[in-house]
Amino acid sequence: MTVNEWHIVGFTLRLAALSTLLIAPLGLATGWLLARKRWPGKSLVETLVMLPLVMPPVATGLLLLKFFGRRSGIGHLLDRAGIEVIFTWRAVVVAMMAMSFPLLVRGCRVAFEEVSVRLEQVATTLGASDARVFFTITLPLARRGIIGGMVLAFARAVGEFGATIMIAGNIPGRTTTLALAIYDRVQLGHDTDAYRLLGAAVVLSFAALWISEAFLRKGDRR
Amino acid sequence: MRLQFHDVRLPLAHFDLEITAELSGLVTGIFGPSGAGKTSLLDTVAGLRPPRSGRVALDGLVLDDTESGIHIAARHRGIGYVPQENALFPHMTVLQNIRYGASDNPIDHVVDVLEIGPLLGRGVRSLSGGEQKRVAVARALVTSPRLLLLDEPLSGIDRPLQGRILAFLRRIRDDFHLPMLYVTHDSSELAEIAETAAVLDRGRIVAIGRTSEVL
Repeated sequence: MTVNEWHIVGFTLRLAALSTLLIAPLGLATGWLLARKRWPGKSLVETLVMLPLVMPPVATGLLLLKFFGRRSGIGHLLDRAGIEVIFTWRAVVVAMMAMSFPLLVRGCRVAFEEVSVRLEQVATTLGASDARVFFTITLPLARRGIIGGMVLAFARAVGEFGATIMIAGNIPGRTTTLALAIYDRVQLGHDTDAYRLLGAAVVLSFAALWISEAFLRKGDRR
Repeated sequence: MRLQFHDVRLPLAHFDLEITAELSGLVTGIFGPSGAGKTSLLDTVAGLRPPRSGRVALDGLVLDDTESGIHIAARHRGIGYVPQENALFPHMTVLQNIRYGASDNPIDHVVDVLEIGPLLGRGVRSLSGGEQKRVAVARALVTSPRLLLLDEPLSGIDRPLQGRILAFLRRIRDDFHLPMLYVTHDSSELAEIAETAAVLDRGRIVAIGRTSEVL
């Protein structure tokens, strides 16, 4: 691999890691709320959260473009604050976050659902507050499933293409990720370069899935 | 121990739990067939399932009263609960389980009475059914509860071991003078430990009194 290609791989991994970290708190909270609480509008929120999984990624990208565009309220505010999003690395992270969030929420939800409510109840009879129950019982017992979900979300972020190209474009050195670079090389007829990057993508995806499955399997054995 | 239920109603899957009764005695048995609502009754006393309506009081302390909006949270009730499945925390050692509810309370006496000293450093997954039950009882005892709820404490334990666990529970009754609500579907078990008993059938108490008379 060339220096530039290593740079692209590193850039993609860094942004995917940042995206996963940024969605982690909300993903955990949403997964817990869906697994443990009943509230009005729950099924609507659940459907909305899962929407990016089934919508064409470019359609999600177009929505994000409208949402963060200068004509939108959010885009205007960000612009006034001097924060550029569209066609920058931030847009890449936003696209990654939007597309991998459903996988994280699903992983967290399943992980929380697998923790016996009885354990939490008994902890409360022993005098534990809700927060103590969450941090000493629920979270430690769900952690493998949560980590598995995070790794899966990270893998999805690494492979993100459709939404990214809509909101971040494909600007070499600024927004080009691994998936965009492969597409770019094929378009230019540089097949050998494309296959090298393809190899990197396969190795990364395989490793991420392997790790995710390993965590989920160990969680099952609990 | 004086546990009062006044017009308590709690919807269950196939019928409502409807109870107006006063239970008293050091060890009170709740006897009835599977699905009679025994565990739901314990859950209500523990504060895990508030009644839809009615009033629950323990020794004069109102735990639930839907009319005046009182519901003391489970964590403030000081009621120990040993569920049928023990619900030991699987990611902790025996000692960590026992210390969970009361990190500063002395545990030596409880550990001695239940003979779990050699188990303290072990993970709970490696314990036998009888050992798990003793640890679950110890975990509840260490918090110095005002009442101990035992849900089918001998279920899932081999016959020869059942007598031993029962002996431990009798020892707790005698050593700690701790009131217990003892749920079972086995009348012979009840006769051995409870002085008073109530028979629960499809959510209603159909008989109440001295164990020997009720059974």
